[in-house]
Amino acid sequence: MPLTHLEPSPDQIEQDKVYRTMGLTEEEYQKVKKLLGRKPNYTETGLFSVMWSEHCSYKTSKPVLKYFPTTGEHVLQGPGEGAGIVDIGDGQAVVFKIESHNHPSAIEPYQGAATGVGGIIRDVFSMGARPVALLDSLRFGNLDNSRVRYLFEEVVSGIAGYGNCIGIPTVGGELQFDPCYNGNPLVNAMCVGIMNHEDIQVGQARGIGNTVMYVGASTGRDGINGATFASEEISEKSDEKRSAVQVGDPFMEKLLVEACLELTKHEALVGIQDMGAAGLVSSASEMAAKAGVGIHMNLDLIPQRETEMTPYEMMLSESQERMLIVIKKGSEEEIKAIFARWGLHAVAVGEVIEEEVLRLEHKGKIVADVPSDSLASAPVRHMPSKVPASYLANQSASAWIPEITNFEKTIKKLLAQPTHASKEWVTRQYDYMVQTNTVVAPGSDAAVVRVRGTNKGLAMTTDCNAKYLALDPNVGGKIAVAEASRNIICSGGVPLAITDCLNFGSPENPEVFWQIDESVKGMAKACDVLKTPVISGNVSLYNETDRGAIDPTPVVGMVGLVENLDHVMTAPFKNEGDAVYVIGQANPEFGGSALQILMDGEVSGKAPVLDLELEKNRQGLVLKAIKSGYLASAHDISEGGLALAIAESLFGTEFGCDLHFNSDPAVELFAETQSRYLVTVPEASKSAFESLIEDAVLVGKVTRSEKINLDFEASTVTLNRTELENEWRGALSCIMSAKN
Amino acid sequence: MKTAVIVFPGSNCDQDMYYAIKDGLGEEVDYVWHAETSLDGYDAIMIPGGFSYGDYLRSGAIARFAGIMPAVIEAANQGKPVLGVCNGFQILLEAGLLPGAMLKNKHLKFICDMVNLKVENNQTQFTKLYDKNEIIGIPIAHGEGNYFCDDATLKELQDNNRIVFTYSGENPNGSRADIAGIINPAGNVLGMMPHPERAADALLGSADGLRLFQSILNHWRESTHAAYTS
Repeated sequence: MPLTHLEPSPDQIEQDKVYRTMGLTEEEYQKVKKLLGRKPNYTETGLFSVMWSEHCSYKTSKPVLKYFPTTGEHVLQGPGEGAGIVDIGDGQAVVFKIESHNHPSAIEPYQGAATGVGGIIRDVFSMGARPVALLDSLRFGNLDNSRVRYLFEEVVSGIAGYGNCIGIPTVGGELQFDPCYNGNPLVNAMCVGIMNHEDIQVGQARGIGNTVMYVGASTGRDGINGATFASEEISEKSDEKRSAVQVGDPFMEKLLVEACLELTKHEALVGIQDMGAAGLVSSASEMAAKAGVGIHMNLDLIPQRETEMTPYEMMLSESQERMLIVIKKGSEEEIKAIFARWGLHAVAVGEVIEEEVLRLEHKGKIVADVPSDSLASAPVRHMPSKVPASYLANQSASAWIPEITNFEKTIKKLLAQPTHASKEWVTRQYDYMVQTNTVVAPGSDAAVVRVRGTNKGLAMTTDCNAKYLALDPNVGGKIAVAEASRNIICSGGVPLAITDCLNFGSPENPEVFWQIDESVKGMAKACDVLKTPVISGNVSLYNETDRGAIDPTPVVGMVGLVENLDHVMTAPFKNEGDAVYVIGQANPEFGGSALQILMDGEVSGKAPVLDLELEKNRQGLVLKAIKSGYLASAHDISEGGLALAIAESLFGTEFGCDLHFNSDPAVELFAETQSRYLVTVPEASKSAFESLIEDAVLVGKVTRSEKINLDFEASTVTLNRTELENEWRGALSCIMSAKN
Repeated sequence: MKTAVIVFPGSNCDQDMYYAIKDGLGEEVDYVWHAETSLDGYDAIMIPGGFSYGDYLRSGAIARFAGIMPAVIEAANQGKPVLGVCNGFQILLEAGLLPGAMLKNKHLKFICDMVNLKVENNQTQFTKLYDKNEIIGIPIAHGEGNYFCDDATLKELQDNNRIVFTYSGENPNGSRADIAGIINPAGNVLGMMPHPERAADALLGSADGLRLFQSILNHWRESTHAAYTS
């Protein structure tokens, strides 16, 4: 017998305020009562509590999200479906989205990360696209902490375990370390897919009388209330919520991908949606609400992997690798046959009804009966906002000027910081080559994946420097978009659109809400100017521990189109004798810089200035230089300034360089002034290049040597490539092998 | 030459193998579903990489019981070329077509990288187009590629020139005698952990693997030509 008799009655729920423990506020409970015209029962209270959680409803972030531009010439599908879609020509489209799995990864890092990957893959193939690439944007605390090392190692293993098995290459992402993520890592997974326009699917339950089918893995008790858990701060008690973390089965998902892609070619398919956060309740209610219909579902028919599950448990379970589909009535057997070939369940569990309700039947009784659109329309919360005193203090602080006594030592130390060191320890664990389309592997500015059967490619990257946002969320938000765009440009791509994962602390703190508001305003402005609309995304709030909120970390995932694979560009220097140019002059801007963090252990002052018009103009010129074939290498100058850009361009090559500057060495090498590039140009293209980019400064040439000579007016910095490379390449694996 | 690429549930390099043969080699190729029972009409059999049946048990341990496997063994006994790559190699070991077993990589982590292989035996139908001791760049991507066999088997492999590829330079997974690929006594069943199908297009970094497929094709042409003229 299901344990439904142990559930509190509607009266008890009201009297004992049971809804509070389930995550509903007083006002929200009253609103539910009003919507239903009666007191909700236990199952219904559960449905509202998850669907009205921040994770599912975006009730707090909605007023902010409307700043984003979401349309554009090439946008075929903006936010609101599983993932966004952008036209790439020839009847094809690219589909992508990024999503967080921060809270589960803080508690059970392997499964938390693995299921994050699994979930985002389902979002992409549910649109009808074949997933072709994964990226992961990761943030962890200080690696001196053994718990952080455990989280880091297990998250990477979880991503590898899922992505490698399912056979989608993990081609890029980013990895940063900062004490603000101690105990609250950020695990944001992005998936990119390719499809033909005619195969675009939607998550809608159209057609009265049509059949609702459940496909994929059976339902267990794992992940119940996961969405509610994701909408709270992490505390010591979070460990008790381990059962809110799901368990992934990449083999099952591999079968599901193949079966669903066969299904999307079938004319009987009406709608398809992933059972992600809030499982059955979110997929069923959203599909019904979007089509303006209702769904009647018989829970006795749900495939269950445990006995005596209650309606509450079945509806709120977040068991993985499940999809809900709506098909034309009468085609059930054909659909079952598609799934049977892959050894999967496809079970008719309900039908589309005219009355706009989600009606659930269990053991002959109606156990929930709620308006379908009510679950999908949580009351929007308008949070108070307050400018933090720290922001005002940083704005009025006098400029931070470093005193560097030993440049060589400083550069070596920077290269050995886990945030800047080689990420090979991580990327070697990911199969980045499967599907044999990876033209530019992890480690360059952006990864490039070929579109098979064409001479085109997709460039992709994730970016966010949270330190700039910590100082100034508006400017930092702009920079996150601009830097992603620069990375796409440096790989030879035309930026198309972005997906974003907005990671912040608790919005109930007015200072945090101000950060959210300002960050999104800044990002939206940059998206407008750079013509990269937001086509999908995810919000992760309540990233706090008892130590406080994380730095604002709105991660930008961007995809660009490489129109011709001949345009593919990478950072490493290519030929001895090539001329080295720096585009963009360095100003003494050190606020939030890698150098400041290295020397002070914290950031202060103003974030670097970003002039969006200059940014856009220069991006256009650099892309034109690449397409014209003038460049041998291109690298954007970002964290760590020109010093790290030079080093990164030399690693893995047999080259050195002789460079001369008429400037202050500390500013030239370490300032993080925006919109700058380091490029190399073969002799034959120098004059054409110089007339195209007039403000490019010729600083020297590539040599066949280990020596890196940096001449300044009053001093010379001499470095050895091999020594730098050893520091850089060994740092992360050294930390991880020494301390385990 | 008509090639079969066997598809198990969880195979994920099946398409890569398919395109290496179709686009790289320019020959006819079909996917063959694991539940089929015949490979009649195919001249070469490819068992691709991936995670057959999730590899939740020992890698390849379940795939060896698939409906197609008796036909694979029959094809091997008929002398048709059978190539198992990565998970395909593991399946050939489990099926008893090649000796030995796979352990987890020595560092216990999955490794994806471009590695250098040394062609130890260029007198096989898979390696005729390589020079002996040539160093070639072929990617690896596996968690269980640490080849192990007992002393007697190793001696047997060494004495009969059945070690076809070894890792050159650093051994990435701890395999015995740096073994990356071995062949059966008849010389028509090759198992290897590195992925030649990932090195069949210079755009992706290396085309060194293409010569392996070209070798198979040349051998097939020569043997069918010989059959017609004898």
